[in-house]
Amino acid sequence: MNGGKQEPGLWSRTTLVARKGDGRFDRGSKWFLAALALVAIAVPILNQAVPASSPFHLSAFGITLIGKYLCYGMLALAVDLIWGYCGILSLGHAAFFSLGGYAMGMYLMRQIGPRGVYGDPILPDFMVFLNYKSLPWFWYGFNHFVFALLMMLLVPALLALVFGWFAFRSRVTGVYFSIITQALTYALMLAFFRNNMGFGGNNGFTDFKDILGFDLHSDRTHVVLLVITAIALAASYVACRAIVESRAGRVVLAIRDAESRTRFLGYPVESFKLWLFVFSGIVAGIAGALYVPQIGIINPSEFAPINSIEAVIWVAVGGRGTLYGAVVGAILVNYAKTYLTGAFPEVWLYALGALFVLVTLLLPRGIVGLLPASGRRRSGGKINERMEMQTPSDVAIEKVNVKE
Amino acid sequence: MTVRNKRLYLEDLTVSFDGFKALNKLTLYVEPGEMLCIIGPNGAGKTTMMDVITGKTRPDSGTAWFGDGINLLQLSEPEIVAAGIGRKFQKPTVFEQLTVFENLELALAGCRSFLKTLRARITAAQHRRIDEVLDIIGLWEHRESLGRILAHGQKQWLEIGMLLMQNPELLLVDEPVAGMTPHEIERTSELLLSLAGEHSVVVVEHDMAFVRSIAKRVTVLHEGSVIAEGDMDKVQNDPKVIEVYLGV
Repeated sequence: MNGGKQEPGLWSRTTLVARKGDGRFDRGSKWFLAALALVAIAVPILNQAVPASSPFHLSAFGITLIGKYLCYGMLALAVDLIWGYCGILSLGHAAFFSLGGYAMGMYLMRQIGPRGVYGDPILPDFMVFLNYKSLPWFWYGFNHFVFALLMMLLVPALLALVFGWFAFRSRVTGVYFSIITQALTYALMLAFFRNNMGFGGNNGFTDFKDILGFDLHSDRTHVVLLVITAIALAASYVACRAIVESRAGRVVLAIRDAESRTRFLGYPVESFKLWLFVFSGIVAGIAGALYVPQIGIINPSEFAPINSIEAVIWVAVGGRGTLYGAVVGAILVNYAKTYLTGAFPEVWLYALGALFVLVTLLLPRGIVGLLPASGRRRSGGKINERMEMQTPSDVAIEKVNVKE
Repeated sequence: MTVRNKRLYLEDLTVSFDGFKALNKLTLYVEPGEMLCIIGPNGAGKTTMMDVITGKTRPDSGTAWFGDGINLLQLSEPEIVAAGIGRKFQKPTVFEQLTVFENLELALAGCRSFLKTLRARITAAQHRRIDEVLDIIGLWEHRESLGRILAHGQKQWLEIGMLLMQNPELLLVDEPVAGMTPHEIERTSELLLSLAGEHSVVVVEHDMAFVRSIAKRVTVLHEGSVIAEGDMDKVQNDPKVIEVYLGV
């Protein structure tokens, strides 16, 4: 390898050597995906194969809890993609999560059919109670799973598209963007609280019976849902990783660090932000859709501004700009929440606030920043090699040089 | 206009801001492959001239042609960049969290939309071009370093390298050595001299020693017009220049 000037003639004899490391995962990603696979394998065994009398048996409560953490992990992943990599601090991501959840909830409500308290074959219980005469038009099609699935993806995506288009086109950035995302989720919460919106008002949807014909009260269904959630989380992770490792990902980092310089190079900054925001909204929507059948309820409080803020705290605690850090943060903070709200209910909010302050002061790179050689996204020494390969004449030249 | 094979023609350019004439019938030509230095006291119109060439400011009158076929006054800023005019601003801005290599990669011509960059791979030819530019700007050893750990001078060179990635025919360089150490200044003059020939280079600079070391031809601006032209010795001995600028 020579570091000096290359004679122009030499280039005509060079051949392609592929950049090393392309398409492979860094160490953090490998550990993360391995841990997810372990959860997806261990949970079914501990619940189904280990007898209930054994101390190693995983209860139905335990499955639901782990499933919930994984869904929150996906939401955190969505937040980290736009905040950690593009510097867009969304304080309204729970809105996309909730919309995905509501779309799933509408399917589950239609699945109940005549088994509801009022026994109406078409109308869900809350509609009978509120004296609806017929099904509102926007409920049509939700009895088909494929249609509902499409809506789980499309509705959050559409909201992100429209909202992002207006916000980014008007060059709304920084704290102003954060504030209007808070307003967005708050407005949606107020709207969904209204009974005549047709989404069950403050009670939301609950009392689900089954999903695709599988009983939602059986452990087995919950185990399968958890495994699907783990797979969805892994797939979202791989997709996000592919984005941030591509050239588009480097443009996104460039936008985060020097937006106008990136624009000056000719990149359409607004369109990059919009694509990323829509993708992030879809990931959050899928997380919400998987959350609802496992938890068994969706109501307007999911839109509460505090939920979106908590998601940002998970990412900050875990370590932003790493993707896996966001998931780790979501799981650890929620585990702490589960424990503290059980043991010392009145302490939780103070603990959350203190945690955020401490992490900001002492661990600016989050918990995963403590791990060796993590933090900086890096795909290995892929550009250490020059685009050249020795030809026989090069080797001959080198031999001559050695003699000298 | 008649074809005279110059790289840049500026003729009778006038720009006024609220009655103040930043450029006053400025006429100036740049030859292909030439290194031209422009000096002049503050307010002489150096930056305004750069702004007119890059499309940031529109003149009240006069013409600006790039080569013999491109009327710069009819093009937008991005179109002028695409036509082959690169400008380096005074303050270097490189992407701090990207490596030197990645900075140059993003400056590659072509591929600008999200979906295209998502699938973009560096071709062998592009990789060679990046290696070539790394050699030219002397940052081959630092290709894996993040932009933020570079010294001030290295950032300037990287930014010049980012301009070179687009292979501009004309490079406009605004005060390249401000804030540099003597050693960095020396390296910068070597770099700029190596670029002349293949590219036309126009440098605006205050540092006289630096201008003397690189310029074959110097143009002195004063109150929006050219008052002297020629080699450094001729310009420095011109009585008008001594009066308005060198102030002896």
